[in-house]
Amino acid sequence: MTTPAARALAALALDPGGLGGLCLRARFGPAREMFETALARLPGEARRIHPAISDTQLFGGLNIAASLAEGRPIADPGLIDTPCRLILTMAERTSPGLAARLSRILDQRTGHSLIALDEGTGPEERLPDALTDRLAFHIEPEEGRGSPIMLPAPADLDDARARLAQVITPDDTLPALTALAARFGIDSLRAPLFALRAARALAALDDCPEVTDDHLREAAELVYPSRATQIPQEPEPEPEQPEQSPPDDTDREGEDQSAPDIPEDILVQAIAALLPADILERTAKRNRAAASGSGAGNRRAGNRRGRPLPSRPGRPDAQARIDTVATLRAAAPWQTLRRTEANAHRAIIIHPGDIRLKRFEDRSDRLLIFAVDASGSAAVARLNEAKGAVELMLAQAYARRDQVALIAFRGDRADELLPPTRSLVQAKRQLASLPGGGGTPLAAGLVAATELAGHAAGRGLTPMLVLLTDGRANIPLSGEPGRKAALEDAEAVAAGLYARGITGVLIDTSNRPAEQARNIAARLGARYIALPRADARGISTAVSAALDS
Amino acid sequence: MGGRQAARPAWTEYMKTAFPFSAIVGQDDMKQALILTAIDPGLGGVLVFGDRGTGKSTAVRALAALLPPIRQIAGCPVNSADAADIPDWAEVADRDMVERPTPVVDLPLGVTEDRVTGALDIERALTRGEKAFEPGLLARANRGYLYIDEVNLLEDHIVDLLLDVAQSGTNAVEREGLSIRHPARFVLVGSGNPEEGELRPQLLDRFGLSVEVGSPTDIDERIEVIRRRDAFETDYDTFMAHWQAEDTQIRDAILAARAALRQTDAPESILRDCAQLALSLGTDGLRGELTLLRAARALAAYEGAAAVDRDHLARVAPLALAHRLRRDPLDEAGSGARVNRAVADVLQ
Repeated sequence: MTTPAARALAALALDPGGLGGLCLRARFGPAREMFETALARLPGEARRIHPAISDTQLFGGLNIAASLAEGRPIADPGLIDTPCRLILTMAERTSPGLAARLSRILDQRTGHSLIALDEGTGPEERLPDALTDRLAFHIEPEEGRGSPIMLPAPADLDDARARLAQVITPDDTLPALTALAARFGIDSLRAPLFALRAARALAALDDCPEVTDDHLREAAELVYPSRATQIPQEPEPEPEQPEQSPPDDTDREGEDQSAPDIPEDILVQAIAALLPADILERTAKRNRAAASGSGAGNRRAGNRRGRPLPSRPGRPDAQARIDTVATLRAAAPWQTLRRTEANAHRAIIIHPGDIRLKRFEDRSDRLLIFAVDASGSAAVARLNEAKGAVELMLAQAYARRDQVALIAFRGDRADELLPPTRSLVQAKRQLASLPGGGGTPLAAGLVAATELAGHAAGRGLTPMLVLLTDGRANIPLSGEPGRKAALEDAEAVAAGLYARGITGVLIDTSNRPAEQARNIAARLGARYIALPRADARGISTAVSAALDS
Repeated sequence: MGGRQAARPAWTEYMKTAFPFSAIVGQDDMKQALILTAIDPGLGGVLVFGDRGTGKSTAVRALAALLPPIRQIAGCPVNSADAADIPDWAEVADRDMVERPTPVVDLPLGVTEDRVTGALDIERALTRGEKAFEPGLLARANRGYLYIDEVNLLEDHIVDLLLDVAQSGTNAVEREGLSIRHPARFVLVGSGNPEEGELRPQLLDRFGLSVEVGSPTDIDERIEVIRRRDAFETDYDTFMAHWQAEDTQIRDAILAARAALRQTDAPESILRDCAQLALSLGTDGLRGELTLLRAARALAAYEGAAAVDRDHLARVAPLALAHRLRRDPLDEAGSGARVNRAVADVLQ
């Protein structure tokens, strides 16, 4: 039996440039081993790369040692020079910069394809979206399972590749695929294009002269599920009917914009069955990853600590350290010239312009976690003011280099409404509508804040808490209403936060400031501010003042 | 580093197989902005911001293929039109004029300063022990376009360098006892996704026009996008033959507009409107209203109008002003809508 992974790999072997590549998301285990075994059997050249690959390796560059020995410049070829399958290991650690470079290689259609082996565990650890979008297939095998991936013989693949250009695509295939993508909320136009090309490759593999409905379905099943952002609702009569589809069939209510022979509902159901169970959650988290994983804003290039970056020219001073090797490399090509000019016979002549300084990437930005009590009648107003404050803080964040996240707690749970971000655009999009009402699970809110803070600290951010509440907790962690237990739980979690060294501010939003909130603030070790009619600007000012003091 | 890899085709050669500009479906603002800078390069470039897969890169690359050719002295490293402009360090043997496509130079992420500004020619130093200057990307972009994809991911020190050169129009290199200066007048075109990091206000302001793009929401439009893309990839020759005729029409219109630009009149009342718009939006400095006027004039010339009218002004106002507004995070509508409100108020 051929698995989706096998079909995807075979299709990719036929049309590597057109399909871009494949992302396998699996921890190291049997499934991944089977995949790698199959990968090794694919014809064509493959090169393994890793997220820390340098530009010289990717794009080529001057080989200093060889150039000096030969007395003429010798260039090292880069991976971009020969079409090959790039296998990116530990793809979840790919930086946005590398993703942009790899995207460019894929966009140039030089015959490269990319196999990303993503071992990420949490939603934050994944291949950057810019790259994911350019890979046709995404495969996420079940944990711990591994079955051999059966690929066609290389000769069969060659035959199929020769047939690919002759495969006929019926006129209605493209409209059907596009409409289908729209119903699953897939915004990027690359998805239907990939599905179309995948359908052709599958037809060529099966030695069919034209793309059939089965190929169409299979292609959609391979390309769409991982990109879906919504589960299709009941089909509504769509006004837009593609001009190209045959106008003859009259009884196709509710299934317009699909291939005439295969009702759209069947297609939709087939794909819906393959959607990840946690699709909605994933969509939310994907946005989070986009916001924080990008990291373009939250890294800081310093010259003392952090992850090493390529060195650059500069003058050494008390702050900077010289990169000796890079300096020597910079000076090496000019030695002949300088010896002649200076008429000197020193072993090596270094000029100030050669000096390269070490640079490091450092992350020490602050993450402001807004934990907002969304319970009771004042919830909506309070949330809206908190949202305003978040946006105001973000507007200033460029100068302050802060990130902001927002957690709302109500009923029996806490929701992370805005994952850590510096992007005002993200914040606006995600905070468009806010739920409110219900009990006050203060402890759950603090637990969520603790988790988020731990995560942020792990990524080198300095978390700080801004808690907006009246302190009148009535839902403990167990979920069973009870004022006493609720307060005890909240105080215990607050003490835990304090123990972790997370500082912050508690803004008491109740009309009559009461003892409870003050107690929580004391447990948190947080500054207590009573702001009965807290508005966005008031909150933002108070928070800025409290955090800067 | 620097030196020899400067001549590597992967970085430098512009894609010969650009998607035809006229075949891009929708995205009218983006196309409009790109055409306006082609008519008046003094507008100061375009910034294209938007989601993935919306054809930002495609449009900019398509523009390269569309632009009218320039005349320059053969072999001049800075594409000089006039013998007097050839820098003294360049060894240009004869003074033959050649016609060539408008240069569009890609600035790759992770580029080194040497590659941008130019540096000593490493080959000459190694083989002949001579000092010679090897020009960088800024020299090649002179009289053309400098394109930065993912401009918001570019390293800060390169951004600073670019801003400085874009401002002065001159690139200066001091190294190994060489002191090199050459003209570097280019139109900056940047593209990026705001969710991957915001752009410094100083850089934002350097771009004359800004556009936000999104995926088309209409199913038929989406189908047409993919249909054309697929035809481009699978049936290249037929596709290009069809669209190149349309591209030629746009190119001719751009050429006609360039010629007409000087004669296109901007009446006193329009100048007043520009100032009024900028005032009511509180844009900093005069750059906004100046760009607004130039963009409106370019649009008028493109449409064959004798003078700029309020309609031209209203249509280019969001392009020229939206990115210059102070951000008001509590305003839901976004800056484009604010400009349109102001346009409605001021121009009635």
